Amino acid sequence: MFNPRAAGPMEQFEILPIVPLKFGNYDISLTNSSLWMLIGTGAIILFFAFATRKSNLVPGRTQAMAETFYEFVSDLVRDTIGPEGRKFFPYVFTLFIWILIANLFGLLPSFPGIPHELHTFTPTSHLIVTLALAMVTITIVILYGFYKNGLGFFKLFAPSGVPLWLMPILVPVEVISFLSRPLSLAIRLFANMFAGHVILKLFAGFVVSLIGTGSAVMLFGIAPFLGAIAVTALEFLVAALQAYVFAVLTCIYLNDAVHASDH
Amino acid sequence: MEAEAAKLIGAGLASIPLAGAGVGLGLIFGNFLSGAFRNPSAAAANQPTMLLAFALTEFTGLLGFAIAMIILYTF
Repeated sequence: MFNPRAAGPMEQFEILPIVPLKFGNYDISLTNSSLWMLIGTGAIILFFAFATRKSNLVPGRTQAMAETFYEFVSDLVRDTIGPEGRKFFPYVFTLFIWILIANLFGLLPSFPGIPHELHTFTPTSHLIVTLALAMVTITIVILYGFYKNGLGFFKLFAPSGVPLWLMPILVPVEVISFLSRPLSLAIRLFANMFAGHVILKLFAGFVVSLIGTGSAVMLFGIAPFLGAIAVTALEFLVAALQAYVFAVLTCIYLNDAVHASDH
Repeated sequence: MEAEAAKLIGAGLASIPLAGAGVGLGLIFGNFLSGAFRNPSAAAANQPTMLLAFALTEFTGLLGFAIAMIILYTF
């Protein structure tokens, strides 16, 4: 059956409880968002457990795929932070793979006719999820920056080689730019996912309503259908690119924390 | 003016950043291509930087989109 509640472009972002749970005054229900996070995390664990179950010197196909991911992120961390960035590799790798899988699984088609709360859902299309990820990144940057450099971390806001009279203008600018980092990280990922899915469902909605007319007008549905295919292809690019961008920016911010006193 | 009309006009105005994002994306890809044609051997090494710049520029347009959606659906 066609579910009219899932017809508009915005209904896909509704968070619906699947298993209602209460903990004191808090609602800790298993929602469609948390279900798709669990599916993504489970798929990642299964894939890497399967790919590395018996590691060979000459890798098989799944092992080669896992190693490609590993080397990609490893090179990224080494190129941006340097040898000291080694200890951040697990964090950046987890972040990259999780965002990539969360983005890509949101593009899976739903089975027709299943209840609205079981439709495919993109956890990263919600600002609260991406903001939490960005907050973790910026917390690590601040804590490690003070642990490594002590009060020298504040040199981040006062670049060397700048004349003293420029400092009153430059320092507030640098502070504001630092404080806007978690917001820009979060909004970039959220807005990309959100906008892509809205456009996808808008095109799909045009196709459905044009076919619903049942007359020769149906033929006009071909153009938005091709548009939906093109947007889906673009979304695959954006999904991978945004995971990459999030990882790169995390590395750049971590680099600031590691090398704050070199500025 | 009615609040509903003001809301719709505001959402329309919030999509103006798309013009800037379009100009910016054109500049990035155009300059990358002209550089890549001059020195094709250095093009592959600079592709990640180009993609990063693409994502950073696209963000301004998407911010406008997000603001338009917030105006339309939350007030």
